[in-house]
Amino acid sequence: MLAQTRGILLLTLFLFAQFPLRSQITPEENNTCLKCHSAHSYSIYNEWTEQDQKRLMNPYYILDTMLLKAGVHHTFKCIDCHAYDYSTYPHNGDLKLEPMMTCIDCHGGDETYASYQFERIEEEFQKSIHFEKHSETFTCTKCHSQHYYKPTTRTSTNINEIVEFSNNMCLSCHNSNIDYQLISEETSPKLIEVHSWLPNQNLHFQRVRCIECHTEVHDTLLVSHHILPKAQATKNCIECHSTNSKLQASLYKYRNLVARSEDNNIISNEYYVIGAYRNKTLNYILLLILAGTLSGIIFHIACRTFRKK
Amino acid sequence: MTKEERIYLFPLWLRIWHGINALGILILIITGISMQYSTAGFVILDFKTTIKLHNIAGIIVSIIYLMFFVGNIVSSNGFFYHFRIKGTSNRMLKQVKYYLCCFFKIEKPPYPVSEKRKFNPLQKFSYIGVMYFIVPFVIASGMALLFPEIIIEEIYSVSGIMLTAVLHGIAGFIIFIFLIVHIYIASIGESPMKNFKSMITGWH
Ligand code: HEC
Ligand code: HEC
Ligand code: HEC
Ligand code: HEC
Ligand code: HEC
Ligand code: HEC
Ligand code: HEC
Ligand code: HEM
Repeated sequence: MLAQTRGILLLTLFLFAQFPLRSQITPEENNTCLKCHSAHSYSIYNEWTEQDQKRLMNPYYILDTMLLKAGVHHTFKCIDCHAYDYSTYPHNGDLKLEPMMTCIDCHGGDETYASYQFERIEEEFQKSIHFEKHSETFTCTKCHSQHYYKPTTRTSTNINEIVEFSNNMCLSCHNSNIDYQLISEETSPKLIEVHSWLPNQNLHFQRVRCIECHTEVHDTLLVSHHILPKAQATKNCIECHSTNSKLQASLYKYRNLVARSEDNNIISNEYYVIGAYRNKTLNYILLLILAGTLSGIIFHIACRTFRKK
Repeated sequence: MTKEERIYLFPLWLRIWHGINALGILILIITGISMQYSTAGFVILDFKTTIKLHNIAGIIVSIIYLMFFVGNIVSSNGFFYHFRIKGTSNRMLKQVKYYLCCFFKIEKPPYPVSEKRKFNPLQKFSYIGVMYFIVPFVIASGMALLFPEIIIEEIYSVSGIMLTAVLHGIAGFIIFIFLIVHIYIASIGESPMKNFKSMITGWH
């Protein structure tokens, strides 16, 4: 009997010791929540009728388990962020008013994630037009789901994927009045009409990020969060189509640093500041000098042959 | 100049430096031009290989530059790079005049090669300019582009990286022009191949 108790004790200890090792995978406990929150319907036991009953789940509360697994916070238990009281159903109505933690509450001042520059992002975000107009309701979470977020610009090598991921963040709200009107009384302006001056708009929206025209870009911050008022958005085709400058620069620097940290080899750094020389005037000047030099030499050769006669 | 008056002008280390440097810079120019003017539809050389080649050649040229720099300090070759400012422009003008007219009238060069004077004033000017200003600048800016975190972020709202890249390109272009003129001028000595042979054997 005593041996058995000790056995159980040891087993519990063993399980606890195991816990940190398992922290790389999604916690089991989440399944109790996901049983209901990952399907279109859920069952509850009705004590009055003494029967299991199926109900429809609010579609906005259905989580995508694949995206959860891929997200940066997949090691979290649901109740790390949500109140423990959610463990019972029906959920207590007061829980709706529970204040949620923001990115900065956890990541602010955290050395581990210094490379993301969370504080600087917050600063930039607070200058953005979204925050300026709706500082109470507009939070990081409006663009970054804490459930699914996975940094893409930093991890993906596929430009199309980066563009799509970033633009969907904006479009999910700007193309959907449901989300938009959680923030604003108005309806979202039709993006197609607003950007009608842009030729081949579809292609542009697939190939360039909204933030490329709508933010101020810095070399030192991978993703600029300072979304400017619409009057300051760039309409200048030249900025991209000839001397595409700042964007290139920030991406170049970042890629260079990553490539180096990966294999410690600067030679194989394969990124290049494209567009640095795509400056027409400069090219003409250089070409002119080259032509001048060559014709000078040809003239000199001509004179020499003339001399020999 | 007759056979008996041969002068030993180019020490071995200098010739080694010059050979590697010339090859390296040639590669840099070709790959540099290829990178500048390649577009999605028009690629001179495969982009990734080009960048790799450019990086390797750049590093080699930088290291070998140290050889030139140190060599000119410790050996007597550095003497030829000493510079007297007074009268420089007059001396250079004289040489230009020679290249432009006197040369055709088969006059003797105003600054013939001797043991004390390897370079004529124009050569001296261009070699000093290229070797002590332009090449170091290209090396420094090239290194900065390899390690972009050391570049100032913004200079009057222009991206520092972009500015560095453009200046690097312009300086590279100046070396390109120097090279063309350098090779041409070297070929108009007493006989077209004479100077090139000197650069290989060391004897003038
Ligand atoms: C038996 C099914 C069931 C289980 C288990 C369940 N939920 Fe829910 N949850 C619901 C339903 C249904 C709603 C919709 C609102 C309501 O009915 O209260 C909901 C709503 C929510 C909401 C939104 C509350 C609001 O209105 O803003 C959160 C957050 C939530 N659940 C978290 C959890 C967490 C965390 C767990 C696990 C610890 C969990 N739920 C377990 C069924 C369930
Ligand atoms: C890293 C913190 C975090 C974790 C872990 C987390 N949530 Fe959430 N969850 C949030 C935040 C923040 C919100 C509020 C989103 C908003 O305000 O738009 C939220 C909202 C919800 C909602 C309401 C619907 C919605 O999207 O607004 C449900 C349901 C929910 N969470 C369920 C879960 C379940 C189930 C789990 C576990 C699998 C879980 N959460 C894990 C932070 C978290
Ligand atoms: C409840 C605290 C908490 C909140 C809120 C939170 N995070 Fe995290 N976050 C963490 C922890 C802890 C980790 C480390 C997880 C791990 O290593 O498994 C992490 C990891 C990350 C990572 C991955 C870092 C890396 O390099 O591995 C990113 C990116 C990230 N969070 C972004 C965000 C964003 C954006 C938000 C807001 C939408 C947010 N986080 C909200 C606690 C939090
Ligand atoms: C208007 C939408 C929007 C808001 C609001 C927003 N972000 Fe972002 N954020 C983006 C976009 C777009 C990206 C680029 C996509 C990616 O790489 O994840 C991004 C990327 C990031 C990254 C990854 C950057 C990197 O270096 O890899 C972090 C971290 C981040 N945001 C944190 C925050 C924090 C913290 C807040 C709130 C202070 C916030 N974001 C608010 C749109 C937004
Ligand atoms: C090529 C640059 C460019 C791109 C790409 C771009 N925009 Fe714009 N956008 C502009 C300009 C310029 C304006 C101002 C138009 C005007 O005032 O006539 C604008 C206006 C807007 C407005 C203000 C509408 C209003 O009238 O209130 C919104 C919202 C907007 N853009 C969102 C987006 C979103 C979301 C994306 C990505 C899917 C995007 N933009 C992509 C340049 C761009
Ligand atoms: C959750 C919803 C939401 C998301 C996500 C969102 N926006 Fe907005 N955005 C708004 C609302 C609401 C306004 C209207 C602000 C106002 O004028 O009251 C707005 C306004 C704008 C404006 C016009 C500013 C002006 O001067 O009137 C631009 C430009 C814009 N957003 C760009 C973006 C970009 C780019 C993204 C993605 C990185 C994005 N938005 C993501 C809700 C959103
Ligand atoms: C933010 C950068 C950006 C801005 C600003 C921008 N473009 Fe573009 N543009 C692109 C990109 C990227 C593509 C896609 C190129 C590709 O994938 O072939 C593109 C494609 C195009 C195309 C289609 C070419 C084709 O192959 O069909 C046209 C036309 C065009 N742009 C014209 C303009 C004009 C005119 C403006 C100014 C009103 C403008 N762009 C502003 C980045 C930009
Ligand atoms: C294929 C390319 C090259 C050829 C054929 C070539 C040829 C020569 C020749 C023949 C000389 C002898 C002296 C003279 O006539 O001026 C010389 C000297 C010199 N060359 Fe070059 N050269 C080349 C590339 C370069 C490059 C790229 C540089 C520098 C960036 C350079 C720098 C010099 C210098 C500094 C000297 C003088 C060395 C000294 O005596 O101290 N050359 N070169």
